Amino acid sequence: MQTTTASMTLPGRRPWRLGATAASMAIAFLAVLPVLVVASALLTPTAAIWQHLWATLLPVMLFNTVALLVGVGLGTLVLGAGLAWLVTAYEFPGRSAFQWLLMLPMAVPAFIMGFVFMATFDVAGPVQGALVAWFGSAAWLPEIRSPLGAITVMTLVLYPYVYMLALVGYRGISASAFDTARVHGYSQARFFWKVVVPISRPAIAAGVALALMEALADFATVRFFNFPTLADGVVRIWHGMWDLRAASELAGLLAAFALAALLLERTQRGRTRYHEAGGRAPGLPRIGLAGRSRWLASAACAAVVGVAFLLPLTQLAAWAWIELGRMGPGVAQVYLELALNSLILASLAALVAVLAAIVLSSGVRMVGSRAARAVATLATTGYAIPGPVLAVGILLTLTPLDHAVNYFTEYWAGVTVGLLLTGSIVGLIYGYVARFLAVAYQSTDAALEKIKPNLTMAARTLGAGSWRILLRVHLPLAAPGIIVAATLVFVDVMKELPITLMLRPFGYETLATWVWQMAAESIWTGAAVPALAIVLVGLLPVALLVNLVTRR
Amino acid sequence: MRTPADAPSLAASAAPPPTAPKLRLRGVGKRYGQVEALRDLTLEVAAGEILLIVGPSGCGKSTALRLIAGLDSPDQGEIEISGQVVAGSRWVAPEQRGVGMVFQDYALFPHLTVAQNVAFGLQRWPRERRAARVAEVLALVDLARHAQRYPHELSGGEQQRVAIARALAAQPHLLLLDEPLSNLDAELRDEMRVELRRVLKAAGITGIMVTHDQEEAFAIADRVAVFSRGQLCQVGAAEDIYHAPACRFVADFVGEAGFLRGRVRERRLLTEIGEFDGGDWPQGAAVEVMLRPSDLRLQPRPDGEGEVVARHFRGADSAYDVRLPSGTLLRCSLPGAQALPVGARVRVEPVSARAVAFAVAESAPQC
Repeated sequence: MQTTTASMTLPGRRPWRLGATAASMAIAFLAVLPVLVVASALLTPTAAIWQHLWATLLPVMLFNTVALLVGVGLGTLVLGAGLAWLVTAYEFPGRSAFQWLLMLPMAVPAFIMGFVFMATFDVAGPVQGALVAWFGSAAWLPEIRSPLGAITVMTLVLYPYVYMLALVGYRGISASAFDTARVHGYSQARFFWKVVVPISRPAIAAGVALALMEALADFATVRFFNFPTLADGVVRIWHGMWDLRAASELAGLLAAFALAALLLERTQRGRTRYHEAGGRAPGLPRIGLAGRSRWLASAACAAVVGVAFLLPLTQLAAWAWIELGRMGPGVAQVYLELALNSLILASLAALVAVLAAIVLSSGVRMVGSRAARAVATLATTGYAIPGPVLAVGILLTLTPLDHAVNYFTEYWAGVTVGLLLTGSIVGLIYGYVARFLAVAYQSTDAALEKIKPNLTMAARTLGAGSWRILLRVHLPLAAPGIIVAATLVFVDVMKELPITLMLRPFGYETLATWVWQMAAESIWTGAAVPALAIVLVGLLPVALLVNLVTRR
Repeated sequence: MRTPADAPSLAASAAPPPTAPKLRLRGVGKRYGQVEALRDLTLEVAAGEILLIVGPSGCGKSTALRLIAGLDSPDQGEIEISGQVVAGSRWVAPEQRGVGMVFQDYALFPHLTVAQNVAFGLQRWPRERRAARVAEVLALVDLARHAQRYPHELSGGEQQRVAIARALAAQPHLLLLDEPLSNLDAELRDEMRVELRRVLKAAGITGIMVTHDQEEAFAIADRVAVFSRGQLCQVGAAEDIYHAPACRFVADFVGEAGFLRGRVRERRLLTEIGEFDGGDWPQGAAVEVMLRPSDLRLQPRPDGEGEVVARHFRGADSAYDVRLPSGTLLRCSLPGAQALPVGARVRVEPVSARAVAFAVAESAPQC
């Protein structure tokens, strides 16, 4: 039918369409600019910098980055896809609870998990203490401050990405596919390898790609474990030498890795569609496990949830209890200030990101062309770009602007206004929005997409102009999705570390930067209260996702 | 001449001279890519008239409605509403045309109450008049008691009436209805046909409604327009469309019809079941005579030339498919009390000597 072809592209609305196009393009330009700046730094390499890098840190960082990607990739793949298969295909005690409990580790940022593990398993930690007390030695315990430690920690917090997408992917396989395979003599295991894996491969690969993006962006965890990667290198060069040029060249290299992960995700995700058209067919039947294996399955799930979520939560709670018991009013004041700063940043970023998402999404809808969709895709690639890369890109973009402003005010008015952009939270908000616009865009766009074109048509025949339609029809109807979008961005900003650390105004502390600094000094109790706050806030979006994923 | 900017007042403007049609389409055409959705449509609708557009899906009927509403713009031709050009030589946006539209899925705003939905198009009215108007149109569709409910709390028929009330509220020049009854169950649909006509007539509004159901069209319309493949085949009173269809397509589409080959001889149409008036057909022309089931009389006769090949019991009457010696199948109806078995010999006779005939070359459904 022709009803949808002209759903929003109505004739005679040129000013609106032009405005929407211009606004969308501006948002996309601003979002991509930092990446372009960094990329251009990579394309115009400075020989001296690369010689220096190559002679010092670069070989190690490159090797470590690749090792981290391989380790985290394999780890999240096995843990995520495997656990998802366990709770999808088998029945065992606690299965339905584990199905959502296994998603909780997502609430714990890697750098918080990192220092908790460090404190727990290090020489001075309770585990080694207990082992020494019981067995007289803990020498057989692998050294935690090692590549393996870093990979383990990141796998434990990042496997939920793979787990969730795999769960959704498995759901696309119908019971009749299973029955057909059984009739043809396939065992459960053969069915898994010959049918389930090929069908859900795109979803699983997309999940691994998301996990890899997060692993690439992390600089804090790897530093705890003395395992310097490229992200760590960028932050280290920036903080150690304040050499933006050198940081940007390394950031360019890091961005190249991220683009590879992005490519993996995009190409795989595009294919996930073909098996979603199954309609309302019943899902796979679950096989009841018998005897010892059912308890083994429960124990495996319990172990993962325990190590990846309960352990950090209880450890943080214990430290926080000590801290809260002995802290004076001055310390409470500091915590409140941290919380307030985080709250302000997260709220502002959420607000700006959601507004940008609404403009972008409405613009795409109004113009309706393939080019408009491409602009939106471009504007939302920030989620794949590691925070340190974005931060360097924004510094490279805004610093000349700041200097120009000062040059002019000094020249014309004789005053120096200071660093208006890089010295304030403007740069920070810019970084957050560029990084998390995709998160806001996805739910906003999905919510607007659900509004039937006929509602818009009805509003127009009833005399409503574009503003009135937006304010009275589209926004109220999309409100739930927009609130979800704002919540997701809010929480992501609360947890964000590299952008915050690199772009914050001098002396401006948030919950995350405080945790990082305290943990870097091994002051666990000092880090515990803000870290606990971050984890608890982080449970919010996980709850939303649990709702989404476990709904059959 | 008005400009689009002051067009919102169009709805409240003085009535056009009584001779002017409310809606006039002249040579309107529209393409969607390779598909010619509408070709050279010329049509006039008088003030207060209810026009029903019927045709199979993809015939261009919905396109015509969208062009009138301004939800799409025509590639050729001109559209005039109340004597003013809205598409063609100039463009008036849909929100400024003063046209009400009722959608197939009702398109009620789910976040607004019934009263708020109805008031949506009255934003520029003063508050007291707005409230009074909402009450008035809700009373018209008999929904005053549901004013504070939300659409999802209403039944399908009630939602339908809210959609009509909302479209009527701002006193539009024209009310456009796009298959408004197709989402209702059969019983409710019959009821709503009567109700819809009553409401439109009570509001004194000019209505244009699209449907694919010719029975619905006959029940509601003052005039019926039959579309096929993007073209208007025929427009006229329901009786004319049914009994004097302009082409074979219309004859087929608006009701059961059989076609019997015949030849013209001395101003008579000679067929295997009898003769009909020849009218202006030239001597020797090959024609097809259209026969509705009610145009034929069946008599069970052992020596009858026809054979019953199928019986369709329909309650009040039964329809019989009768095969004539030439192999032609004709459908005839008989009151329910009489029952003829399949295989029975029958005699088929025309009830009247007058019948519609088409030249044989037209045998393919076309216009």
